[in-house]
Amino acid sequence: MKLFYGTALPNPLMLGTAQYPSPAILEQAFRTSGAGVATVSLRREGAEGAGAAFWKMIQDLGVLVLPNTAGCHTVKEAVTTAHMAREVFGTRWIKLELIGHTDSLQPDVFQLVEAAKILTDDGFQVFPYTTDDLIVAERLLAAGCEVLMPWGAPIGSGRGLSNTYALRAMRAEFPEVPLVIDAGIGLPSHAAQAMELGYDAVLLNTAVARAGDPVAMARAMMRAIEAGRLAYQADPIEARDMAEASTPVIGKAFLS
Amino acid sequence: MKIVINGEPREVTATTLAGLLEERGLPGRVATAVNEGFVPATLRASHVLRDGDRVEILAPMQGG
Repeated sequence: MKLFYGTALPNPLMLGTAQYPSPAILEQAFRTSGAGVATVSLRREGAEGAGAAFWKMIQDLGVLVLPNTAGCHTVKEAVTTAHMAREVFGTRWIKLELIGHTDSLQPDVFQLVEAAKILTDDGFQVFPYTTDDLIVAERLLAAGCEVLMPWGAPIGSGRGLSNTYALRAMRAEFPEVPLVIDAGIGLPSHAAQAMELGYDAVLLNTAVARAGDPVAMARAMMRAIEAGRLAYQADPIEARDMAEASTPVIGKAFLS
Repeated sequence: MKIVINGEPREVTATTLAGLLEERGLPGRVATAVNEGFVPATLRASHVLRDGDRVEILAPMQGG
C-alpha cells in the first residue's frame, strides 16, 4: 500500500465521525470495522465540554486522525481553521475542504489550489478534497500535495461514483500518487468499485452513520473495500460484449 | 468590557485571551482566534483583549 506522507495506513477505510445516533455506536462502528483513520472537525466549544469527551474517545480508539476544514468557503477561513486544527489535534495532516457551491458542496478548486500552496509551505500535509479534474490535480501536486481526494459524488448523496471514466483516468495519470475517493459513497458496492479502479483508500461517513445499523454497515464497507482491493491486485478480466464459452467445446458428446 | 465569544455578546473582566479562557472555564483542548485571526496557545497570555473583539473558541468535534 502506498504511503500517505510517509505513513502507512492500517487499511484503506477512512471513516467520518459525524451523524451517528450516539457516541457509543460511533465507537462500535470503528472497533467492529477496524477503520484506521478518523476524520474530525473543530466547532465552537460550549460550557459542557463535549469536545473533550469526544476527543478522549477518538484517542482511545488508537486511530490516525485527519482533521478537516469542513464548511470553509474562503482561503483565509480554511487556512485559519487548518492552523487551529493543527494545534488542537497535534497533527500536520489536514483534509482541505473549500466549498464552492451550496447545493452540491462542490469544491472551489481555484481557492483549493491557493490554500493548498499556503498550507504546504507552512508545513502542513494536505489531503485536498477535489473534483476529478486532471488539470486541477496537476496543480494540487505542483502546490505540494502528495495525496489527492477526488469526489465520487456530492457529499452525503450516496450516489456512488458519478464518473468512473474520469476517476479511471486520474488513476492512470497519477500511478504513484495515493488517491482516495472522498464523498458520495452510499453502498459497499460503490466502495468496492473505487478499490477495483485501483484507488488506495475510501473516505466515507454518511453511508455508515445514517444507515439503520451503522455498525453492520461499517463492517460491510470494510469487507467491500478489502474485496475491491484484492480484485484490483488480482488483475481482472476485460469486459466484452459477446459471450465466450467457459466450458471447453472440445470433447463435447455428439447427442443431437 | 464587552466582547463577542463564539457569536454571543458577553461582559467579561479578563484582559487577556488566556485570562478569558480561565474565566469561561475553558482551559482544556481548544484553539482560539480573535477577529478572525488564529492566536496560538503560546501567545494567549500576552494577547490583550479589546472592547468589541470577536473571539472564537473551538474544540474537537465530529466531522466527515
